[in-house]
Amino acid sequence: MKTWVKYIKPYTLYFILGPLCMIVEVLGEVLMPLYLAEVITGAVEGTLTTQGSLLVMLKMIGTAIFMMIGGVGGSYFGAKASVNFAADLRADLFRKVQGYSFANIDRFSTGSLVTRLTNDVTQMQNFINMVLRMMLRAPGMLIGGVIMAVRLSRSLSLVFAITMPLMILAITFIIVRGLPRFSKMQTKVDNLNSTVQENITNVRVVKSFTREGYETKKFAKANGELKEAGMSAMKNMIFMQPVQTLFMYIATGLVIWFGSQLVINNFDAGIKGFSVGELSAFINYVTQILFSLMMVTMMLMFSSRAFASAKRISAVITEDIDIKDSEMADVNNTVTNGLIEFRNVTYRYYKNSAEPVLDNINLTIQPGSTVGIIGSTGCGKTTLVSLIPRLYDTDEGQVLIDGKDVKEYTLFNLREGVGMVLQKNVLFSGTIEENLRWGDENATDEELFAAAESAQADKFVRNFTGGYQTVLGQGGVNVSGGQKQRLCIARALLKKPKIIILDDSTSAVDTATEAQIRRAFREELANSTKIIIAQRISSVKDADMIVVMDDGKITGTGTHDSLMQSNVEYQEIYTSQISGKEGA
Amino acid sequence: MARSLQELQKQYHSSARPDSPKSGRGGPSGRGQMGMGGKPKNAKKTVARLLSYVGKYKALLFVVFFFMILNTVMSLIGGYMTRPIINRLWAYVGEVGNVESLDTPIYRALDGLIENVKNGATGFIAGIVGDGYNDVAASVMFYILATIMILVFIYLFGIITNYMQARVMMTISQNAIEKIRNDLFTRLQRLPVRYFDTHPTGEVMSRFTNDIDNIDVMFNNSLTSIVSGVISLVGTLVFMITTNIWLTLITVVFVPFFAIGGAKIAKASRKYYSGQQAALGAANGYIEETVTGQKVVKVFNHEGECCEEFETLNEDLRGKQMKAQFFGGIMGPIMHNTSMISYSVTIGVGGILMVLGRLDPGALQLFAQYSKQFSMPINNISQQTASIFSALAGAERVFAVMDELPETPDKEDAAEATALIGDVVFENVTFGYEPDKVILKNISLYAHPGQKIAFVGSTGAGKTTVTNLLSRFYDIDSGKITIDGIDLYDIKRETLRSNIAMVLQDTHLFTGTVMENIRYGRLDATDDEVVAAAKTASAHSFIMRLENGYNTLLEGDGANLSQGQRQLINIARAALSKAPILVLDEATSSVDTRTERHIEHGMDRLMKSRTTFVIAHRLSTVRNSDAIMVLEKGEIIERGTHEQLLEMKGRYYELYTGVRELD
Repeated sequence: MKTWVKYIKPYTLYFILGPLCMIVEVLGEVLMPLYLAEVITGAVEGTLTTQGSLLVMLKMIGTAIFMMIGGVGGSYFGAKASVNFAADLRADLFRKVQGYSFANIDRFSTGSLVTRLTNDVTQMQNFINMVLRMMLRAPGMLIGGVIMAVRLSRSLSLVFAITMPLMILAITFIIVRGLPRFSKMQTKVDNLNSTVQENITNVRVVKSFTREGYETKKFAKANGELKEAGMSAMKNMIFMQPVQTLFMYIATGLVIWFGSQLVINNFDAGIKGFSVGELSAFINYVTQILFSLMMVTMMLMFSSRAFASAKRISAVITEDIDIKDSEMADVNNTVTNGLIEFRNVTYRYYKNSAEPVLDNINLTIQPGSTVGIIGSTGCGKTTLVSLIPRLYDTDEGQVLIDGKDVKEYTLFNLREGVGMVLQKNVLFSGTIEENLRWGDENATDEELFAAAESAQADKFVRNFTGGYQTVLGQGGVNVSGGQKQRLCIARALLKKPKIIILDDSTSAVDTATEAQIRRAFREELANSTKIIIAQRISSVKDADMIVVMDDGKITGTGTHDSLMQSNVEYQEIYTSQISGKEGA
Repeated sequence: MARSLQELQKQYHSSARPDSPKSGRGGPSGRGQMGMGGKPKNAKKTVARLLSYVGKYKALLFVVFFFMILNTVMSLIGGYMTRPIINRLWAYVGEVGNVESLDTPIYRALDGLIENVKNGATGFIAGIVGDGYNDVAASVMFYILATIMILVFIYLFGIITNYMQARVMMTISQNAIEKIRNDLFTRLQRLPVRYFDTHPTGEVMSRFTNDIDNIDVMFNNSLTSIVSGVISLVGTLVFMITTNIWLTLITVVFVPFFAIGGAKIAKASRKYYSGQQAALGAANGYIEETVTGQKVVKVFNHEGECCEEFETLNEDLRGKQMKAQFFGGIMGPIMHNTSMISYSVTIGVGGILMVLGRLDPGALQLFAQYSKQFSMPINNISQQTASIFSALAGAERVFAVMDELPETPDKEDAAEATALIGDVVFENVTFGYEPDKVILKNISLYAHPGQKIAFVGSTGAGKTTVTNLLSRFYDIDSGKITIDGIDLYDIKRETLRSNIAMVLQDTHLFTGTVMENIRYGRLDATDDEVVAAAKTASAHSFIMRLENGYNTLLEGDGANLSQGQRQLINIARAALSKAPILVLDEATSSVDTRTERHIEHGMDRLMKSRTTFVIAHRLSTVRNSDAIMVLEKGEIIERGTHEQLLEMKGRYYELYTGVRELD
């Protein structure tokens, strides 16, 4: 609850006025049948006059106008409260996620974060709107109706004591019976959708294996199952209305029967009590009460969904951000040389797992040098370099840059000094120029072109009709894989970092182009430390130092020639790539 | 520098398609959102076509209609019967004025019925009423109890018909929806590859999800509530007229207010609603993109700008949502309370009529009910029209897909499943995806069984196009392609394709087990054959290391496998097929070089005695081909074996030695 106060507080007024307006509407709703009773009783007792009728009419119209104002006002304040609540929440969530470390992001997975920030926030917004506008309305009408009914006749109200619990029971039974059916139906919907989706993305496979008939049969089966599941869910749900009317009619019948007895008995005994008009009002309350009761039950069901969303959102908000500026950090520290040292570094991905991802790593990388890292998938290469810009923190040991622990830098200064091209890289919607300027938004055009040229991107960008102003779709869908990688490198280069890390960032670039990128690196980034993770020997062959990793350990360091002499793994990788079965 | 709202809107409004879920599962789905999907262009034709899906249930539809009428009439009569009850009580306790008698045909019939019940069940009724009443009172109670007994039957009948109607309608609509889905999918299977190349997956998906969902909602809810709304409107009107003409007139006078007011508010709220949807789409699109690329954002210290840009979008959304929510919310209270005013006037005038002795209290009680009942269907109908419109617009889009031109039919004398051996010849083939953009110019080549022909060239040079033409995914503009000397267009498309096995670069798999995925290559293959194929593709060892071996369930995107492993499964699938022609389009691009070398042996076995076309970026992959074609701008500029091409010292030589780059 504490989480939410922050978002309610600025709008407390709306959160109060909304329900107040609704109470006005509810009061009117509860009063209306009384006016009817007044007229009918007057007519029965012969006291009704034309003026009296007109007066009641005016009172009723006045009430209706108040109700309308209440309703419109409730809608206004409800919208104000819920929309502002959601907008603030959304902004806060977004800001919070911006502060997340890699480990935080991994813990949630990006897909789930997106759902929480979009769907779940909307769920909560709708819920609040409903609470403010309806939650009071239905229970209000229910309670108001019951109070009026009891006032009219206590004994007749016993009818509700019997019918209401039975009706709640019946509705709950239908809902509880329906829930698993609905979730089964949802599974079938997902199943059908993925059948279609796979069919479309695999259209060439389907057609080349002439499996259209097979696919159609598969789809028809999924479709049939969906129909069955849907029918089973609906067969249950369509009981809802008949059951509701059934109880309404039962209650009405009982009220008419016992009410009539009451009217006659009172009259016979000469008691001025329950009148015909009041009986007629009572009949109206029956409908009102039972209808509201059903609304309340339905709403409780809705709320459970909103509570699930609230829980998921609050997990995002309350998540501890595990990498922040450390107390040791000094704003004046910036990366100036690019000397990197790993001292006894151990890292575990899951803190309680026995097997470390990095096991006691010791490594020194000289400023301005080029270092290649090679090794099989999952050996810890990416984790190792991620420790440099503090994307993850070590569990044991220290990472130092220019002789200072990385924690002595602010995250901002540290990451400004370290450029990293991630393995799983993305471009964003916007022009190519906008994307490159992520590296340095104040760069001159010349600097921009130079960075693109070093990354061997300038030429193809200029070949696009829009040049640097070409708009990229979401995720950079309109450039090829190799082009995307080169743009990502250019973006990192524009930062002019003292340390640049390429994590398998040229896999889709052909060897010749890659060689040119390496040449540009040597010439234009002579003073930066360059770390290159690669699959291909050719990518790292002429590095000053090559680090060979296996299973979280460094098995060898040295130049290409020395490793060819001494390191078995390196030799294996080399032979697999160079020889091949060839006639040439 | 953060972008302005205008720039952001331009970027995200256009790309945001809130109505098309990004993927089949999990994503935000727009189910049941109203006001989406615009207006149908040709409503009449669409309606007629939709009706054809329920047409075969004509008899059942009639049953539904019949039940609806019964249900409505029952509930009207039920209400109608409270009038004499109130009046009898009134007559007992009050002084009877000069009131119009209840001498309508309906009441006469009812009175007759009540008399019959009273006479038929005198003992039973007397037992319940008891003998604590004087004669007059007892006769009133007799009457009331008899009426309630009839009411029980009427209401029970009404409830049953209500249920039956819902049940039958559900069966009809679910069957119709199933048929529409099946039809759509079947048609989709006949569409040419071009259709899928030019329409984003999300767009086609939203035909199946949103559009059909909307039709479903229309069949199930909107139609019935409109039809039953009209029935109850007419029925209520009839009963109102028979009760009192003046009060009826008052109720009717208010109808235009409802209609016009409702339409006005609905129009305004639709307008704001679509504004809100666009802003929501933009904000959510931004969230999705930024959070998906969150790690890059961090590496570039870009969190501040992202927050700033998001703030801009969020504020825009805040303003638009406020308007949309407000206008959406006032519809209910305004309509409801307008009906309350009409109700008030009815009761006031009713009071005066009673004073004048022109109305009985029972009738007023009845009218109070009817006045509410009358406004309900009007409210309902005005709310349902929006969803009907979006359903029709959706149906129109669904039918448009069904009406897309399918793949050109086979020639009548096209050859049936003749066993091809795979002698492929291209003669001066020219082709372009768009009429004025030639992709392949005058391509001529031949490939004999057992030969391996490789294509090398930049992206867009036309390598994949060659295989697209061979498998008739696209049809050539001019020239000739023959297999075993038979013109490609004289072979049935199905026969042709079953003679070509393709391994493609995009390695999507199907949800199902590893075994099922490989068996896709030949449905009648035995388990042993599947395993043998996996061995050929060097996939066997990693499959055996999976949790359940060949029975491991794979997700559609094969999330639990690496890209390279997925490619190996694809190769196994092709290996299982006995097709004499094999196309490998970047088939091993994601397999690391150690593994690629490892599978070469199996691949050789696979390619032996088959005609193989290989497309690869990695020159090491194509080195041992019988002929290498270097494509540039749609033309073969060099051809020959690896050695011959190196000797030529042309483009291939440049590529091989790294003087030139490939894009």
